[in-house]
Amino acid sequence: MFAYIARRLAIAVPTLLLLIVFSFLLMHAAPGGPFTSERGLPPQVLANLNAKYGLDQPMWRQMLTYVWGIVSDFDFGPSFIYKDRTVNAIIAQGFPVTLTYGAISFVVAVVVGVSLGVAAAIWHNSWLDYLAVGISIGAQVLPNFVMAPILVLVFTLWLGWLPGGGWEGGQWQYLIMPVVALSTSFMASIARITRSSMLEVMNSNHIRTAKAKGLPMHKVIVRHALKPAMLPVVSYLGPAFVTMITGSVVVDMYFSTGGIGKAFVDSALNRDYAVMMGVTILVGALTILFNLLVDILYAWIDPKIRY
Amino acid sequence: MALLDVKDLGVSFATNDGTVNAVNGVNLTLARGETLGIVGESGSGKSQLAFAIMGLLAQNGRARGSVKFDGQEILNAPPAIINPIRANHIAMVFQDPMTSLNPYLRVSEQMAEVLVHHKGMSRREALAECVRMLDAVKIPDAKGRIRLYPHEFSGGMRQRVMIAMSLLCRPDLLIADEPTTALDVTVQAQIMQLLAELQREFGMATILITHDLGVIAGFCERVIVLYGGRVMEEASVYPLFAEPAHPYTRGLLRAIPRVDHEGGELDSIPGSPPNMTRDQQGCPFAPRCEFAGEDCAETLAPLVEYAPGRWRACNRSLEGMA
Repeated sequence: MFAYIARRLAIAVPTLLLLIVFSFLLMHAAPGGPFTSERGLPPQVLANLNAKYGLDQPMWRQMLTYVWGIVSDFDFGPSFIYKDRTVNAIIAQGFPVTLTYGAISFVVAVVVGVSLGVAAAIWHNSWLDYLAVGISIGAQVLPNFVMAPILVLVFTLWLGWLPGGGWEGGQWQYLIMPVVALSTSFMASIARITRSSMLEVMNSNHIRTAKAKGLPMHKVIVRHALKPAMLPVVSYLGPAFVTMITGSVVVDMYFSTGGIGKAFVDSALNRDYAVMMGVTILVGALTILFNLLVDILYAWIDPKIRY
Repeated sequence: MALLDVKDLGVSFATNDGTVNAVNGVNLTLARGETLGIVGESGSGKSQLAFAIMGLLAQNGRARGSVKFDGQEILNAPPAIINPIRANHIAMVFQDPMTSLNPYLRVSEQMAEVLVHHKGMSRREALAECVRMLDAVKIPDAKGRIRLYPHEFSGGMRQRVMIAMSLLCRPDLLIADEPTTALDVTVQAQIMQLLAELQREFGMATILITHDLGVIAGFCERVIVLYGGRVMEEASVYPLFAEPAHPYTRGLLRAIPRVDHEGGELDSIPGSPPNMTRDQQGCPFAPRCEFAGEDCAETLAPLVEYAPGRWRACNRSLEGMA
């Protein structure tokens, strides 16, 4: 097991390096640069700027300098747009926000999604099942960029119950709408996966054995059905968690939460190479980490899996 | 009073192709300590009969009639009535030991929970009893192996675990649903021998469901032959084998491969089992029966006691089958 984890972590390093190289190349392959603007800067100014940010160097040297900065000082470089801010500072400011509402959304999505899915499976073909399926389809087809303005319209403008945006250190009033907007579609997917997996497990032979033991229904479900039913859910949760904690542009835009979701999109629009690379690497590293965690969780759930 | 008294039991399933009547009007009684074999080919309704008794029918299944256990009605009984009986008084061994044990739990957990739940034992007491029971089904090094997961046992060993688990509460009735079908032949013989020993030792009534007449012969006192969800013949094991009184039973007996008959082709019953979605009129076996007349397609013969303890459901007279 430990050898397996060590091996996976060792593979993570070249994976991340590949990610850096490809993101770097793709970014530079697109025409234009961080300092191109409609009016155009005088050539001398442009040359000076390029020199300051190292953009006059050959590509391989830029890349090496960048990677070396990360490896030696964990320095992701200066922002190309915000003159006095580094990528580290931008991420350090935005990521805690995203992490907060992302993690809360994750917990909400898992708790509600799994409960809904399990209930739907147990009372298969009952009104509760139809309701649960209805809710999850509704939540899935309603994109969050539609849901977010509706939420603001209803709860801020009409009812006046919740603030329409802002963060204020993550007070609960400011969290509710971002969490709802972010978690619904994940909740719907989790409910769907849980339901179908639970249905399959409840029809399996070992559940019949558990019933034949005279165990009450809740024990059959908790002790015998839940664990195997969670396997497909768990494999979905790893990537979903990363997506959620690395933020959502829609949430950051509509609710002015100031997370890295917005920083990422802005960086792409502004050609802020350094911020873009920084966020990409963050997402990449988290994805690798959580896929590994999912695999470890798998081995814990299913004794037949040995690494 | 009979231990188990099944009256006019019917099982039907609602499917997309219509209602499937898997079991139709089955009567049977079982005394304490008695061994009964239920034999029939695939689709004859024998497993569904057992599931109906245990209340384990699939969600789309419906059972009608009456099943009295120790005088208490248990058919379609609510959980409060059936759950204390399951495993505690009526236990079941299933067909496929590969999938019938929970692959995600240690054998110790799966076994101990039965005793903790029904007998209120502590985990420690329960585990000690489970080890004793695994010893009784001749699993070597039971104390060490109880900690393993099901996939770490061979098929035969898993069925031994299954049997041990079913016997934990010393049930009054054991229903074994094709306990050896999924196992290879040498292991089958060991398991049947083990079951026979345990049945004698514990003195429990046993229903053995199988399509294998050979297994029945070595194990049961009485046999019910099921076809199309109906009882075709019922008798003690010796007369049934010596003088089968129903065309279907005769066909089954002829179809047993025998080691002492060199060469020749194996007899089989022509045709295939009936389509159970249609409403049956007449004898379900009529289309495949060599003695069938026109009346057989229309009228179903009732199960008649033609000699003491020997029952048959056939329109032809015994002489007419000669």
